[in-house]
Amino acid sequence: MKTILKSTFILLAFAVIFSSCGKSEKQSDGILASNAAEKVYVKPGELDEYYAFVSGGFSGQLTVYGLPSGRLLKVIPVFSVDAEKGWGFNEETKPMLNTSHGFIPWDDSHHPDISQTVGEVDGRWVFINGNNTPRIAKIDLTTFETTEIIELPNSAGNHSSSFVTENTEYIVAGTRFSVPVPQKDMPIKEYKGNFKGALSFISVEPTHGKMNLEFQILMPGFNYDLAHPGRGNSHGWFFFTTYNTEEANTLLEVNASQNDKDFIAAVNWKKAEEYIKAGKGKKMPTNYAHNVYDEETHMATSTMKKEVLVLDPSELPGLVYFLPTPKSPHGCDVDPSGEYIVGSGKLSANLTVHSFSKMLKAIEGKKFATSLYNIPVINAEDIQAGVVQQAGLGPLHTEFDDKGNAYTTFFITSEVVKWKLGTWDVVDRKPTYYSVGHLMIPGGNSRKPSGKYLLAMNKITKDRYLPTGPEVTQSAQLFDISGEKMELLLDFPTVGEPHYAAGISADKVIKNSKKYYDLSKNKHPYVVKSEAETKVVRNGKEVHVYMTSIRSHFAPDNIEGIKVGDRVYFHVTNLEQDYDVPHGFAIIGANNAELLIMPGQTETLVWEPKQVGVWPFYCSDFCSALHQEMQGYVRVSPANSAIELKWSIGE
Amino acid sequence: MKLNVLVLLLSVLFITSCGNSDKKSNDKAGSADSEKKVFDNPLDDKGIGPVTSLVLPAEIDEALAAKGKEIYKAKCSACHKETERFIGPAPVGIFERRSPEWIMNMILNPEVMVKENEAAKKLLAEYVAPMANQNLTEEEARAVLEYFRTIK
Repeated sequence: MKTILKSTFILLAFAVIFSSCGKSEKQSDGILASNAAEKVYVKPGELDEYYAFVSGGFSGQLTVYGLPSGRLLKVIPVFSVDAEKGWGFNEETKPMLNTSHGFIPWDDSHHPDISQTVGEVDGRWVFINGNNTPRIAKIDLTTFETTEIIELPNSAGNHSSSFVTENTEYIVAGTRFSVPVPQKDMPIKEYKGNFKGALSFISVEPTHGKMNLEFQILMPGFNYDLAHPGRGNSHGWFFFTTYNTEEANTLLEVNASQNDKDFIAAVNWKKAEEYIKAGKGKKMPTNYAHNVYDEETHMATSTMKKEVLVLDPSELPGLVYFLPTPKSPHGCDVDPSGEYIVGSGKLSANLTVHSFSKMLKAIEGKKFATSLYNIPVINAEDIQAGVVQQAGLGPLHTEFDDKGNAYTTFFITSEVVKWKLGTWDVVDRKPTYYSVGHLMIPGGNSRKPSGKYLLAMNKITKDRYLPTGPEVTQSAQLFDISGEKMELLLDFPTVGEPHYAAGISADKVIKNSKKYYDLSKNKHPYVVKSEAETKVVRNGKEVHVYMTSIRSHFAPDNIEGIKVGDRVYFHVTNLEQDYDVPHGFAIIGANNAELLIMPGQTETLVWEPKQVGVWPFYCSDFCSALHQEMQGYVRVSPANSAIELKWSIGE
Repeated sequence: MKLNVLVLLLSVLFITSCGNSDKKSNDKAGSADSEKKVFDNPLDDKGIGPVTSLVLPAEIDEALAAKGKEIYKAKCSACHKETERFIGPAPVGIFERRSPEWIMNMILNPEVMVKENEAAKKLLAEYVAPMANQNLTEEEARAVLEYFRTIK
């Protein structure tokens, strides 16, 4: 009897185990398939399908999110100092923020774009523009670190940037504010006809990615707002929206809204290359910083460049054409085929779509309406592909899916509108919460967009989250666009104001992601590769500490003979050669930040002790069960003290 | 009584297999085998990892040992002193306590070893600091092993 009971129990137990096991598998593709929560739920321990690189706006940084979960994975410091990572505080990265105006600790980052190969995002680099003090940064996706920043001369309000051509030949950056070129002391009222707008073309060396400012096109003094590259047949062209073609220098709100039509400037950059080959470019003296981080020395260097090659479109026929576009166009977006150029006149209710092939025909037939500063203006009706009628108010930006649909954000009516390329019919509309600016479809600025998700980025959130005082977060909203109708799946807060984002399938990035820096390749001038080599060297009032860190101690961890008035350089090498084992370094009274040193890396913190005493330092990044023991002391003696330099560990 | 044990064992098996289907296993090869095993003679314990059989030649390869010393200096010496206890145990006399395979696996696969090998678990409890994975190649670990043979 007992045996029977037991057998029954066993059977029952198995039945329970089996059914619970089966159930968990069924749920994922079963009855709850249309549930929004299920669609964005990434099980603990599992990975997201896409990376989203979202602009950090006025934080100056680049944020990395996983989609569809909306989980924040990393904030990559770019244009602003970041005490958490020592960016701009340690000696190695300070040169990254150097400019012709000196060290700049902040900027306003706008439009990330991913490098491309044959018109598809390839996951090698992300580029992003600093808007305020014009710069373009390159983020290496093997390390997710900013490895290069180039300043743009003759530019101001670097807004129509940083967009990538289809083989990453160029990163293109246009000035929003026109300025005197070269800069000079002159009355502001003499703007019209005298100020210039520079469009910059930065080449990217294909294997190492090193950037170089190849040339600038000096355009009339309009505002160059946004841009996108041609692709497919229109590869070799670049399109920029303009406003303030009135060339007003005050109260632009009124004065730059006078003209019924502004322009999309179509720039033939292959023609520019021909002109340069023919010697038609002019070398102009200037001054700008080019900052490069070397992964082997773990240090950045800043070089001041003194010259830029400029092209004048009023003297070089065929370089630029103006395409009339209604009412201060903002977004300038090119469809995956490269045929359609969508201009979003932000004061217009309609969306204007230009045809690239019609544009070429009009140029061939030399059929122009007029010219401005000797640049031909093509007849609007000759290039029109279609108009999306009364789609909403305040159109801003358009992205595309893989099924011939376009999606446009409308700021004033707070919505995303889906419409069909070719028929120009509105298919669907969904409200956003609130005041949507940019939107992003992974690969949306390429030949091969994904058709799964759309990320709308909103300026205002008001009542969407718990209140946090007068300042509330901006946010992103994820839509499922795989069906005929869009479906809102998720809201998540963003860092700073998200101006644009770039998305890519995670598998293209994961395989290249670095796990640690090879210590044997570390060429930092102050590296030490074993504890035996650690030392402290005095050079006048400068003291260099060659230090190592490994779980869980520093070497040396007792230092004596430092004096008030010394400038102490802690060069800390992380000896670990394993994934995800950074060490921190923090010392009392440091007037800068911590170090956060990746395995195999060397970083340097400067410390200027002002008080006599024995002062501790410690590891600030929890590294092991004995992390709390990872500490040391520096003895600081009076300036006139005769105490000898002495350092040790374990004595 | 025996039946109860069987029930428990089977249930555990099912539950674990059920769990495993949900997560990708990070473990390297051979985890099931020596798990929970306590060896009467520690020299029979080959540990868990890529090295399953290693017979040391009678003669010490001095060139290999010299190479191993360099690697040891760069990647191990921050935590191990040759002849005295430091952050981790001293390698002196290690061949009296451990098999060559076990040493190799402890160097190459420390995360799994300290979780699943009884002898390594004991060491972790004693030293608290987990053995760091310094990502040596098998060849480099072999050179370090040869260096250990020269430590007196």
